Formats: sequence, structure tokens, C-alpha cells
Amino acid sequence: MSVAVIDYGSGNLKSAAKALEAAANNINKNCKIVVTSDPKTIRQCDKIVLPGQGSFRDCYLGIKKIPGLNESLNEFVLEKKKPIFGICVGMQLFAKTGYESQETQGFGWIDAEVRKINNINKKIKLPHIGWNQIEFKKDSFLFSNIKNKSHMYFIHSYEFMTKKKDCVVATTDYGNSIIASVNKENIFGTQFHPEKSQKNGVLILQNFLNWEIS
Amino acid sequence: MLKNRIIPCLDVKNGRVVKGINFVDLVDAGDPAEQAKIYDEQGADELCFLDITASNENRDIILDTVKKTAEKCFMPLTVGGGVRTLEDIRSLLLAGADKVSINTAAVNNKNLVKESAEKFGSQCIVVAIDAKKVKENKWEIFTHGGRKSTGIDAMKFVEKMEAMGAGEILLTSMDRDGTKKGYDLDLTKKVSSLVNIPVIASGGVGSLEHLRQGIKIGKANAVLAASIFHFGEFSIQDAKKYLDSKGIPVRI
Repeated sequence: MSVAVIDYGSGNLKSAAKALEAAANNINKNCKIVVTSDPKTIRQCDKIVLPGQGSFRDCYLGIKKIPGLNESLNEFVLEKKKPIFGICVGMQLFAKTGYESQETQGFGWIDAEVRKINNINKKIKLPHIGWNQIEFKKDSFLFSNIKNKSHMYFIHSYEFMTKKKDCVVATTDYGNSIIASVNKENIFGTQFHPEKSQKNGVLILQNFLNWEIS
Repeated sequence: MLKNRIIPCLDVKNGRVVKGINFVDLVDAGDPAEQAKIYDEQGADELCFLDITASNENRDIILDTVKKTAEKCFMPLTVGGGVRTLEDIRSLLLAGADKVSINTAAVNNKNLVKESAEKFGSQCIVVAIDAKKVKENKWEIFTHGGRKSTGIDAMKFVEKMEAMGAGEILLTSMDRDGTKKGYDLDLTKKVSSLVNIPVIASGGVGSLEHLRQGIKIGKANAVLAASIFHFGEFSIQDAKKYLDSKGIPVRI
């Protein structure tokens, strides 16, 4: 199997790629992990991981800047319906619109928007940095062997908001309930960083590698 | 709920740990990646490398150290020491650091924090502050590892750093650093209450109780310590068990 970690000039790709390699190793799966932005390579891959760091706007503009990348991702996700895993801003990009620095269009794969976390009159600090517990809202293969209320590592100031409650797999509590994971058909994402969440995070990546879309 | 973080910090010089865990079963006790792995296994919430390499020629060694660590440890890593330019930050992030801490350059180059937060996101920009008490209720910023006085008021400075886009403050008390007398709790509390970004308390930890005080009295969101963990006095689990027994929310 080949998995593409999408490189569009955003942050820490190395950690995601290395954690995927460790995950593949744990389950004795023969996986080729490629870090790439080449549309042709992406089309040939079986699965995609879309990392993301920095602002929604910078990330989306970064993707748009690479010729053919946006199109190949849309084709991969919407037509081929192959599995994609968005991490942090990578997940946020699934939304229709982001409001970080200024209104920016996202992929629009999920009817959602991305807005700044409400700090409840400065009662909570932003960014939301650290280990927080996730609470499952529905069953997901991607969380197989993960206990409810497990800790995951979060680092963000903006949150994914959707009225499509059936897409919400897990939430976390930070002042309000914040979406921690979404899933719609072949599209899966986490607001937290599995590649930074020690054993539990690698477990989720293992599940992603084992994931088959029915 | 969000847990308070416990962060062990390793001083790294020319790619070697200067003071570190003295465990017999370590293959190479001076290898930062090896030490990082131990803290990872102990369940540290984050890891911090402070690069104290003096010469500029050897600056690239830290990148190699970060790369090796990020290959083995799937946990958050902050790297600081000698960070002066956007290019320094980019290189560290690409090597596998999640956050970069800026100390002297945050004072000397007033746009660096702003530009780097815009470029890489506030979430990865930590401003490291060395503060020294100059009179009652007044602290001043020091740079160059605490050797150089700046005359800048610490409270004004942290507010400015927050406004410029810093995502976190790593606050070290120069009066307490290395003393094992505990954090400067007045300083920590004052800064924590002033800014609406997370504050990491640092400098002076000699016991597990000091960690509790930093969180409970100092209102810090995270506590950093070096020597109490390195010399095997306490493990990260010991610290977490202690804090948990005192009702402090930690990830066990």
C-alpha cells in the first residue's frame, strides 16, 4: 500500500511520515509512505494524510499555489472516494469556509466552518495547548482499540463547527464542547495530532492504515 | 478537561546532553534522542531542548538532534536557544520541532515574534523570558542566558509579546534558576493572570511540591523542570502521581 503525506509547505511533515512508518511497522503492513505534492503521485496512492499547521488561509493558499494539487485532492476524495486523514488544520480544510485572519474558502467536503474558539470572556487561554480527553459521539473504525476519554495532544486556536452532527466522531471539552474528530464516508480528520499523541496516536494511524471503505 | 503539562528540559551542547538522566541502561547517556525516548516512555507531556551550543558553526548540529528525536518520539517537542531568524525557525520546524522558543531575539528584533507568528502560526511560537526581580513587585527582562540586563519591565514585555502573536510564554525566574527553592510564584502568578496565552513556569524546582505550587499558586498551565528528573530523583510518573494525589489535573 502507498500513503501520500501531502507536502504543501506547511509545518511538520516529518513527524507525520515517521509516525505512519511506525504504525505500519507495528502492524507488519508493507506500506510506502511518500511525502509529496505531485498530483500524479497522489493519484497513484491508496491513501492520503493531509497535515496542517499555521493558519487556515495560509494552508489553503499553499495548496492552491501548487499546480494541479487541489484538483488531484478533489478527485482522490470525491470521485475515487479513497481514504483521507486530515490532521489539525488539515482537517479544518475539509470545511466550506475558514475565518482565520480573513474569510477563506476550504475544500467544502463537509458542510462546516472554522472559527476562533470562544475564550468565554478570557476564562480559558488560547491557543488550546496540551493533552485533553476525547469523548466518542459515535463508533468509528479509526478509534478501534482506543478507550473513550483517552488523552490526545491538541494545539490550536480555531475550531471546526458543523451542524451535520452525524459527521462528528469525537469531541473534547475546552470551555465548550469542541469537535475533536470528524468522519464522512472516506473522509476522516482529527483536530488533535495523532503523530504527537504517543501510543494512542500511533494506534489511530494503525487503524487508518487498516481502514477499508465499505 | 485540559491537563496541566509536565515538561522535562534537556540542555544540549554540540549535539550532546550537558546534564541528563544518569541511567545505567542507556546505550549512550549523552545522546539527546536516547534521553528523549526515556521521557517519552515515562509519559512526559512535552519535551524541551535548550541548545546552548556557543559557536555559530556548530548550530546545525541541533537540527540533526531534533531530526533523530522526532523519528523516535511521537510527542510534542519544543526547541530553543540561539533562534534569531525566520530561517532558524523554519529549519527547526522542518526538522521535527513542534514549537520554537525565542529568547534574546524577541527582545532585540522587535518584529521577529510578529513575523514568525504570522508565518508559522502563533501555536508554534514560544517566547522564553528570563526575568529577575529588581524591587518589590517589579521584574526586569534579562537576555543572553540571563547575563545581560535590558531595563525592560517584564509585565509590559509579556503583554507586548502576546499582542505580537506569541502562542505561549516560557517564564524563567533568574533568581530561582538552579537554586532548588521553587518557582518565583509571585512572578508566575502575575504573568499568568496578565496574559491570555498559556504560561510555562520554569526555574528553581527542587521537589515535587514545587511543581504543585507552580500550577496551584502560580497559575501556570505547564511546569518545566530539569535536574529533578535528570538525576533520577523523580520520574515523570512520580511527579504525576504526586500532583494527582493533590487534586491537580494531570494526564496519568
